[in-house]
Amino acid sequence: MAKVKTLDDLKKMREQLQSKITLREKSDHPEKMVQIKVSMATCGIASGAKETMNYLIEELDNRAIDAVVTQTGCMGYCHSEPTIEVHVPGTDPVVYGNVDTKKAEEIIAKHIVGGELVDGIIPASYKTANEDDNEK
Amino acid sequence: MAKYNSHILVCGGTGCRASQGEEIVENLKQAVSDNSLESEIQVVRTGCFGFCEKGPIVKMIPDNTFYTQVTPEDAGEIISEHIVKGRKVERLLYTDPENKEQIADSKDMGFYKKQIRIALRNCGFINPENVDEYVARDGYSALGKVLTEMTPEEAIKIIKESGLRGRGGGGFPTGLKWEITNQVENEEKYVVCNADEGDPGAFMDRSILEGDPHSVLEAMAICGYCIGGSHGLIYIRAEYPLAIERLKIAIEQARNLGVLGKNIFGTGFDFDVELRYGAGAFVCGEETSLINSMEGLRGEPNVKPPFPSVSGYKGKPTNVNNVETFANIPVIINNGAEWFSAIGTEKSKGTKVFALAGKINNVGLIEVPMGITLREVIFDIGGGIKDGKKFKAVQTGGPSGGCLTEKHLDIPIDYDNLIAHGSMMGSGGMIVMDEDDCMVSVAKFYLDFTVEESCGKCAPCRVGNKRLYEMLDKITQGKANKEDLSILRNLGNVIKDTSLCGLGQTSPNPVLSTMDNFADEYEAHVKDGKCPAGQCKDLMEYVISAETCVGCTLCSRVCPVDAISGDKKQAHVIDTVTCIKCGACMEKCKFNAISIQ
Repeated sequence: MAKVKTLDDLKKMREQLQSKITLREKSDHPEKMVQIKVSMATCGIASGAKETMNYLIEELDNRAIDAVVTQTGCMGYCHSEPTIEVHVPGTDPVVYGNVDTKKAEEIIAKHIVGGELVDGIIPASYKTANEDDNEK
Repeated sequence: MAKYNSHILVCGGTGCRASQGEEIVENLKQAVSDNSLESEIQVVRTGCFGFCEKGPIVKMIPDNTFYTQVTPEDAGEIISEHIVKGRKVERLLYTDPENKEQIADSKDMGFYKKQIRIALRNCGFINPENVDEYVARDGYSALGKVLTEMTPEEAIKIIKESGLRGRGGGGFPTGLKWEITNQVENEEKYVVCNADEGDPGAFMDRSILEGDPHSVLEAMAICGYCIGGSHGLIYIRAEYPLAIERLKIAIEQARNLGVLGKNIFGTGFDFDVELRYGAGAFVCGEETSLINSMEGLRGEPNVKPPFPSVSGYKGKPTNVNNVETFANIPVIINNGAEWFSAIGTEKSKGTKVFALAGKINNVGLIEVPMGITLREVIFDIGGGIKDGKKFKAVQTGGPSGGCLTEKHLDIPIDYDNLIAHGSMMGSGGMIVMDEDDCMVSVAKFYLDFTVEESCGKCAPCRVGNKRLYEMLDKITQGKANKEDLSILRNLGNVIKDTSLCGLGQTSPNPVLSTMDNFADEYEAHVKDGKCPAGQCKDLMEYVISAETCVGCTLCSRVCPVDAISGDKKQAHVIDTVTCIKCGACMEKCKFNAISIQ
């Protein structure tokens, strides 16, 4: 370990080490940042959700976007895997289907950065039977 | 540097380790490598999460899933379900005791909602054995800031303005203590960290040292700069092996990093820390006894003044602060006095760590803002009383504190309020009692502890406490008379007024406060020869109801002293002379035929 000789040394060292725990700090208040859930059930994994997820994590990091990428179970859209749910703070969550790395890039560039929705949204009319009952 | 998608934090505090926490870490690592996920998943052993009742705790990052009571066998499932398939392992989630709903995120649990973690900020968050993670959390930046940008007086001013008071029990303003030590002229001064946590049921200092040792080292160095000393000593009891081990690692790492040792941050300031082990005597938490013990003398207090600030270790000016006090320092320097003093009450700023123990649902370590009420602590955070029983009293401040009751539940907790109501903050132990606890026996229990721990130097404490104990013993046997009660109170007050150190000055508190708050219970013992809570063995008898007993013979078979007689299908009888009142028969009886009278 290199010795810290000045306060600047320490600051530099902290910047380098920051990434070790940013994930933990982010997870303390995820509601303040972009949250992406990747559906990672058997259907998702078979369709390449793992690659999508890894790409998302890397690309968001490259662009220095504060985001938390978590995995979740099957959302029920097995026909359109990999599916991801994108939740930008202050807006409604949006579900995208058939998200390969190319689509993921588009979602980051246009939806997350630009704030405009892109093709591939799975219609959000997916209220569950229970919710319907409650409304009645 | 490897970048992980997911961190798995496993509690590595003494409590969770005792429940196979180490095996859980090993098994998780194994399961991660079985799934070839080493490059994506990091398993981290952290300090205490505080929710010891539900330990061992495993927390998943980034989705913040909080798994409770995990066993080593669960490791495989956590990886294959949660990590690989994205499904939470529901049987390991916390269930809200009230609405029976499962809560995945710790932030939504009643236990955590009202907490503000300042002293415990890194406990359960970083790996205490890795200085890199501490640095990433702004570690040692407060020391750097103080050394390069401030004079000692400026730094002391921040601590004074923050309103921080000693967390070990006395509540003396920390900044003022530093200032006094700073003003004493001497070339050699010492910084001492008091880690001799002696209150039964208190474990906040241990948890801080186990979970975030660097914060204490950093604060000690800051203190050294402020008072003008370059030697730090941590007095820690040898009964804390894990805390000692982590401290040793932390000191080594800090030296390698250059934040301990010579010429720190190139400013010419030298500071180093040594460990001193105590044998675990309660009196050594008192600062003059502690210093005597560190010098190799008997752990006995000295008359104050002179205070250690003037003449302490080796006769040199010495600043003694408690672990939790130190843990607050770096954050105060980084965030400013105003930030800190915005939390808490008028005279007690910031937060306090409490160790919840006794008949409470959520046993564990909590950090709450000063001014919170006992009701919030016991019922909202602590989850109420075990087995749905009725709350009776809470002992705050350990053996030196007093019992507070139902009528005190809504007073805001701070140093002065607790003293005004006959108790004290102490180091922050909170032992909760329910309707089944006999308050005379509780007072006797604490006296038993102080009699054992009295160093014997002064007569009021050595002899007086022993006499107090004997009188309480007499009361619990039903042999005391009314006069004894007034002698008990009188003697208690004399011991408080005449003892040499804090131990004797506070040891009668449990007796006096229970006498004040539970006078009827004392009277019942003395006048009627009854123990209302049914705890004092000499004052009770087990009786079998002839109507309810069906003569199943279960009780007579389980009785260890053959005190129960009766034929099959006939009502049984207990011979009260032979009976040792163990209660085994009552536990065994399926017909509720046995009662205490």
